[in-house]
Order: sequence, then structure tokens, then C-alpha cells
Amino acid sequence: MRLDIRPALLHIIVIVALLGLYSVLPEYHSGNLARILVLAVYAMGFNILFGYTGLLSLGHALFFASGMYGLGLSIQFLGFTPIPAMFAGLVCALIVSTVVGFLALRTSGVAFMIVTLMFAQAGFLTVLAAGKYTRGDEGFVIQQPDRILLGIDLSAADNRYYFAAILFSICFLALWFVVRSGFGRTLVAIRENEERAQMLGYNVHRHKLLAVIISGVLAGCSGASYALLFGYAGATFATVQYSILPLLWVLVGGAGTTIGPLIGTVFMFYLIDFASEYTSAYMLVAGVVLIGVTLFAPQGLAGVLRKRLMPWLP
Amino acid sequence: MASVNLLSTKGVSKHYSGLMAVNDVDFELPHGQIRALIGPNGAGKTTFVGLLSGRIPATTGSVFFDGQEVTTLPAHRRMSLGMAYTFQITSVFSKLDVNENVALAARRVHAGNRAAVNEAIEQALLKVNLQDYRKQIAGDMSYGHQRLLEIAMGLAQSPKLFILDEPTQGLTATEVDAFKKLIKELSGETTILLIEHNMDVVMSTAEYITVLNFGEVLAEGTPAVIRNNDAVQAAYLGKG
Repeated sequence: MRLDIRPALLHIIVIVALLGLYSVLPEYHSGNLARILVLAVYAMGFNILFGYTGLLSLGHALFFASGMYGLGLSIQFLGFTPIPAMFAGLVCALIVSTVVGFLALRTSGVAFMIVTLMFAQAGFLTVLAAGKYTRGDEGFVIQQPDRILLGIDLSAADNRYYFAAILFSICFLALWFVVRSGFGRTLVAIRENEERAQMLGYNVHRHKLLAVIISGVLAGCSGASYALLFGYAGATFATVQYSILPLLWVLVGGAGTTIGPLIGTVFMFYLIDFASEYTSAYMLVAGVVLIGVTLFAPQGLAGVLRKRLMPWLP
Repeated sequence: MASVNLLSTKGVSKHYSGLMAVNDVDFELPHGQIRALIGPNGAGKTTFVGLLSGRIPATTGSVFFDGQEVTTLPAHRRMSLGMAYTFQITSVFSKLDVNENVALAARRVHAGNRAAVNEAIEQALLKVNLQDYRKQIAGDMSYGHQRLLEIAMGLAQSPKLFILDEPTQGLTATEVDAFKKLIKELSGETTILLIEHNMDVVMSTAEYITVLNFGEVLAEGTPAVIRNNDAVQAAYLGKG
């Protein structure tokens, strides 16, 4: 069969465009985009589990917060520099997602949603209970001198943007690679027909656990980067709202597509940004859009593109 | 010790709170044989192959496959030892295309070897005559083609034991003929355990037949022997 180069082209164009955008965008928008790209990594992590494996977690804020606090607390109390702190954040997310995955995967369907939700609530309450260190809701600031990575000051707008864009690009390519691989296709098989996948000889439980771990570590990577780039860690990021947001982004952008999480995150971020200029009930606008998407484009924006114009979309 | 039997069970039972779906079955299937498993509705045939494949855990008894005990192994481990299974109710990846369906089966066996995967897909599709449907979404195909696809998914794993649960159910007469031909071609390549209601298929393909009734083995023998067995006739037709 002839190799299709269109997916590769798409990924390269997206990355080049993102890297080039900084110099043309006004400062306000490039600042937004840095934030969006870090959050899109979170959405991509969520998408591996929800979009590709078919497991809906309502507790991803726990993984996001694990990365965020793993980095933040190790800088604050252990005097870590950004690279070891980042590593600490990823290790925290790895441990938490392995334990949660191991326990939560004993359930499925609605029970899985509820168990993950409960774990995330427990995580949120732990952050509050450990207020002495985490300063609870108020959170803590990671000072500018602690955010210098190999001599690059990540509190500067341009460095921040490029860090976010490079991080996004690496994850974007890595996930494209994963979903093309035998492993990724097996995840889709599990999503489509779990029993058949098992009766083809696949260890369904092990695949699901790996999917939870990859998803959790990416969420943690996003959380750690967010804290590092924007210099703040707070309990808000461990709330239910932060578990629901990636679901929203992925649903709107297109679950089970590599580009969907980015589209969804950009779209929802700007929608809320735009709506909040006019009304304090901006979440109402988000809700209406979500209902509209669910009714008229249940596969999300990228899902519609795949169906109508680009069947090759990975 | 090399056994002549690829698969065997000793006293295997499945009880559902008092109901004995399968009761104390000793079963031996030699290498390379085409065996049919027949019996009236509710005789426990699907439960029995569930016990063999690991979909259903046995209440008591042991299952041996290819020289080792597999009683406690989960289904996916038994499949990776060389079993393949097709469901009574067609079970394919209905939103994926035909090629990907078969590829998923082949990839588990030939992990990492793309050429071997492609070759296995090619051969499997050719055997069931679906080679022109590669790009077709499985769920959009006719029922008969979906059944063939599921058989192709089994073949792509080059199984030592191929368990087919009522493969001809819902097929047209032409498709049934093609299926009979396929089973005959496979004889010698693999061992086949066929659950089948269509007696024409059973009599023309099976080398040996096991009859289950009320969860127990009622009779075993060649098609000619089973055809003339009074107990079997009584079980099927009812006693006068």
C-alpha cells in the first residue's frame, strides 16, 4: 500500500505554524496561546484515554495537580531547579496514575467515572488538608529566579511561548506516533469491542492500565509546565472543574483525533474569553456550544472534518 | 511428553447456582482433527467452549491445551497460546475497515513484523474471498460477509485450535457451501472445533462428533455412528 504523507504534512504544518505564530501575533494573543498550548497537552493526554481507549475519567485534575504540585513543592521546599523539579512532577503523576489506574480499572463504565471522580476529590481535599505546605486555595507563587531553565528565563513572554510550543510539538508528534503504532490501534480495538480484543489474545487490562498511565503522565506534564511557565500552583487546579475542562475540549475538538484536543482547547478558550467580555454568565455560552456540538457534530470539529473532507485524519 | 491430544478436559463443570450448564465433561481432541460439537438448544455447547477458551471460568475440573494446564489462565493468555475463537453472535470491530479488523488479529501474533502481518492478512482474506473488501467498513457489510470476516480474523492468527461457534448461522446456501469448502481446505493445517446446528455441514465436514445433552456427553463417534445412535435421535426428536 502507498504510504499516505498527508498526516505527516498536517503535523509538520501545525508545528511550523505554531512556532512561527509568536512573531506575528499581538502580545495578548501569544500569551493566550502559550497557555492554550500547555493546556492542549492536558487535553491530548485526556484524549488518549477517552478518545482512543474509550475510558471516561472524571478525575484527571488529580493527575494535572500531581504534576503541578510535584514541581511546585519540590522547588519551594527542596530547592530543586526546573529540570529535576519537572522530573519530580512527572514521577508524581506517574505514581498517582499507576495507583489510580490499578484500582479504578477494577471497575468499568459509570463506576469508572465515579471512582476516578472520587479519587480526584480525595486529591483536592489532600491539597487543602496540607495547607501548611500548599497554602490551599490561595496557592503559592513560584518566584522568577526559580523559573530559569538552563539560563533561559521562563517568566519572559517569548521564552514561555517557545517552551509551550516545543512541549506541545513533542507531545503532538509522540501521540501521533503512539496512535499509529500497534499499541495505539489495540487501544482503538478495545474502545470498539473490548470482548473481541480480548478474544484476539490481547491483554485488555494491561493496555488500559498503560493508557491511564500515559494519559496521567501527560496531564501531569501539562500541570508541571503550567506551574513552571506561569509561576503559580493552587488548589483550583485540583477541582472538579479542571477534570471537566479537558473533557469539554476533547469533545468539542474531536475525540480520537490527534489534532482535536488543540482545536477544542483553542476554540473553548477563546469562546470563554470572548463571552466573558459581554456577560458574567460566560459558562452558559460554553454550555450552549457544548449542547450544539453534541447534537450536530457529536464527533467534534475534527471529527466532522474527518467525516466530510479528510478521511485520512489520524 | 508429547500428547496426541491438542486439547482435553477432565471432569470440567460449570454450575450456575444449582443449574448444571456443563457437568463433569471429559473431552479429548486430537491434533489436526475436525470435530463437531452438536446437541439440542440449551445443551451447554456454548458454555462448554466458553470453558475451553477461558471466557467462562470452570466451577470444577481441568482444561489442558497443547501440553499444559490452562484451567486458571485468562482467555487472552489461552488465545496467545494458539487458540482462536469466533463468537456465536458475530463480533467484529464494526467501525473499522476489513483490513484493520484482520490486521488486529494478525498483529498480536506477528507483533513488530510488518511483512508477516501483511502476508497473514493477505492469506486470510484470500481464503474467505474478501480480498476485494479491504477498505469496506466492517459494520456496513452484509451479515454473511461479517461472519466470513470473523473467520478471517481467526485464520490470520494461524491458530493451533480454531473454535467456531455456529459459523453458518444466518448464511445463505451458497455461503454455506463456500464455508464447507473452506473447512475442508483447512483440514490438516489446523485443529477445528465446530459448534453447528446445520446437520448437512456437520455430516459433510466433521471427522468426529461429540453430542452434548443437558450439559453431559451423550455420545461420541464418527458421523456414521452418530447418525445411527438411538440416544442421539431421541435427544433431537424427543422420545416417542
